[in-house]
Amino acid sequence: MMIKFVLHRLLWGAITVWFIATATFFAMHAVPGDPLIQDKAMSPAVRAQLEARYGLDKPLSQQYFTFMGNMLSGDFGISFTQENRRVNDIIREHFPVSATLGIAAIAIALVGGVFAGSIAAHYRGQWPDKLVMFMVVAAISVPGFVIAGLAQLIIVRLNAAAESTVLPVAGWGGVNHVWVPALVLGLGTLAYLSRLSRAAMLEVLSSDYILAARARGISGISLFFRYQLRNALLPVVTELGPAVAAITTGGFVVELIFAIPGLGRYFVQAVQQLDYTVIMGTTVFYGAFLVVIVVLVDISYGLIDPRIRLSAGRS
Amino acid sequence: MREAKGIVTGKIASAVMLIVFAVVGIFPGLPAQASAVDLESKSITLALATEPPTLHSARATDTIASFVISHMMEGLLRYGENGELVGGVAERWQIDENGARFWLRENATWSDGQAVTAQDFVFAWQYALRPETASQYAFIFYPIKGARAVNEGLAPPDSLGVRAVSRTELYVEFAQPCPYFLSLTAFMSYMPLRQDVVEHWGRRYAADADKMLYNGPFTLTKWVHGAHLTLEKNPHYWDKSSLRISRIDMPYITADPGAQFNLFRDGQIALANLDTGLLDEAVKRGYDIQHFHSGSLFFLEFNFRAGRITANRSFRKAIQYLLDPAVLVNKVIGLPGVLPAYSLFPVTVRGQRQAFRQEYPVRRLRQDLAVARQYLDQAKRELGLEVFPPLMLLAGDSPRAVQEAEYYQYLLKRGLGLDLRIDQQVFKQRIEKMRRGDFDIVVAAWGPDYDDIMTFADLFASWNDNNRGRYSHPEYDRLVRFAQNSASASQRFAAMAVLQDLVVDDVPILPTYENAMLYVQHPQLKGVRRSVFGGDPNFRDAWIEP
Repeated sequence: MMIKFVLHRLLWGAITVWFIATATFFAMHAVPGDPLIQDKAMSPAVRAQLEARYGLDKPLSQQYFTFMGNMLSGDFGISFTQENRRVNDIIREHFPVSATLGIAAIAIALVGGVFAGSIAAHYRGQWPDKLVMFMVVAAISVPGFVIAGLAQLIIVRLNAAAESTVLPVAGWGGVNHVWVPALVLGLGTLAYLSRLSRAAMLEVLSSDYILAARARGISGISLFFRYQLRNALLPVVTELGPAVAAITTGGFVVELIFAIPGLGRYFVQAVQQLDYTVIMGTTVFYGAFLVVIVVLVDISYGLIDPRIRLSAGRS
Repeated sequence: MREAKGIVTGKIASAVMLIVFAVVGIFPGLPAQASAVDLESKSITLALATEPPTLHSARATDTIASFVISHMMEGLLRYGENGELVGGVAERWQIDENGARFWLRENATWSDGQAVTAQDFVFAWQYALRPETASQYAFIFYPIKGARAVNEGLAPPDSLGVRAVSRTELYVEFAQPCPYFLSLTAFMSYMPLRQDVVEHWGRRYAADADKMLYNGPFTLTKWVHGAHLTLEKNPHYWDKSSLRISRIDMPYITADPGAQFNLFRDGQIALANLDTGLLDEAVKRGYDIQHFHSGSLFFLEFNFRAGRITANRSFRKAIQYLLDPAVLVNKVIGLPGVLPAYSLFPVTVRGQRQAFRQEYPVRRLRQDLAVARQYLDQAKRELGLEVFPPLMLLAGDSPRAVQEAEYYQYLLKRGLGLDLRIDQQVFKQRIEKMRRGDFDIVVAAWGPDYDDIMTFADLFASWNDNNRGRYSHPEYDRLVRFAQNSASASQRFAAMAVLQDLVVDDVPILPTYENAMLYVQHPQLKGVRRSVFGGDPNFRDAWIEP
């Protein structure tokens, strides 16, 4: 049952990726202009050479089949704007950066979200609850680039006050470069998880077994960790899969403002510059990544809760 | 069942906790950050706006690559401290209307210790012109005899009019007189290349720091793509004793001006360009705000393709008499250093002895609404129109471009009752629409490629592919041809003065402003040369003051 289910999901995943690749390919070619255009006009001879080099002189259908063939052999070609670099190298070098940032963001969102949600549930209706819920609304509604800019300004002030580099303003390489961008990146998820865990926690708090545990004299920290938290975490964990995918792919603004060499920047800039090969490489890569995460989440549902039946027909 | 669920959840949670604590555990160990300037190690730290798309001197086109290449390579000549041309690899030279001769320094060497020879220049220039190199700057070699034919694949590369007379003597034959040829030799496309190394790496040449050879004051010692570049003093550079900066570190790559400014405020970088939004903040902080004229001209370009209203001279005259560039600059743009433009030639263009605009001041029109309306009525009669249909104004998508376009929209509506529809496009789509002629008026700009008046003058010649409006005027073409073939500087500039007047009279374009770059710089950093020519900014002659 399990194997059949996994295979079935993977097959649909492959079809999804193929569809993403095809739709992106034709949409991208339908946009006016092409990657070779620069602000200075080039001579017809130079243009012909470049078109031949990238195969743009061929009919679109032929370009599509060439691309599909290369993609199946795992080669996305050479970038138009970074002309000495292979798209595979760009993904290999820059995805780990985005992934590191994303994992740190998820960790912060998870710990912070559950903590804030628990506090809010514990003090339901009182000022800590209201404060947490206010911050949740703020974090969800203020756009990322505002928060990122603000966070950077706070670091500048902090460093000026301390008269030393407490936290780096931007850049990448050290552990300290991760914290603030990861927090900014994970803030939306943190806020969402706070609400989710607050609701779950409230449900758990009013359940019979908590009452029973209290009756047995269990209280305080022990009650919280052993009985309340464990059960309240379940809905949070099921939300993690989509959150991981969203965060590792959605870091463009944070990567730009904090000068982080992640893949998110390439993903967005390639579209602006109509860098065909990088658009295709990053889109297919992220598409496949998302599909894998979704399949993993489906499988983990079954592991976490056997009541969720694994049937091949489930959508 | 419940218990099993709890265990799995607990495991995931504790795994996550473990990762967090592992990372948090390292937190107290703060690495010492490099600072903006370091007197002791003579090093400076900068931020780059983007990763250089390529560092291959024969193929690079953008300003970031030009900046890096100008530090790691040296041409026959280079720009000195005050923007004057001085000897680079060449120690002497002669130029006349037929050609130029260069004598190379005996002690100019590559970063592997071998001598830079005349043959390295011959190879580099032939290489850049080969059709298969597909260099977008190939046209910059066209003053050399045979260059166009080589580039178009009509003649073999060795037919190019440049030859190594000896190991240290280079002779260049011109296609037509080229009084500005010396400044071309400081341009990045003219840098030498060593055949054995270029051929060894093939298409991977200059893809990484260890896949190229250097002959300039610095070598690239670190290039982490998209993240970090470092230039260090080249121990083989012939003039290394005159360098007062040993290391230029660039650990930040971000195109966000706000992020660059924050890094500057934090003392992490020595130089930051400012945009409109940051100007007030920089003033408030009491920074010394500096600027330089980037030499680029902004203008409204009209479409002259058949059937376009903008092809009518009276119509263009009406807009010319309506639009006051001084009001645009003072009220809309509002940046110090930006100048209202009245001429095709910015104030930075050189004349025979001093600035061209000092030698030949441009004829100034007084903006006059009544005259503008008269011209519009005349245009109506000439075109046989009752009312004008809405016109399409093609513009960029930067905040400044939007503001500017909205100003034109307001101005034309209020002054002449004309409707402008703003077609806002991102960069590539805007260029594509310009190329196709899909506009009535476009907000355009042009930056000089080389230090001569011709970089602006030939722009609206009927044969120029960058003439996006397809303006075609026999007198304009004649004046450009005359200047291109004239060996006499005085006749050449006199012709350009006539051309300048023709642009005011016939309005192929309407100049609006001459741009300036605003920036803040670390107070201890001195001698940084800012100019569009020869790589900007340039730290070749910079130093750190104690």
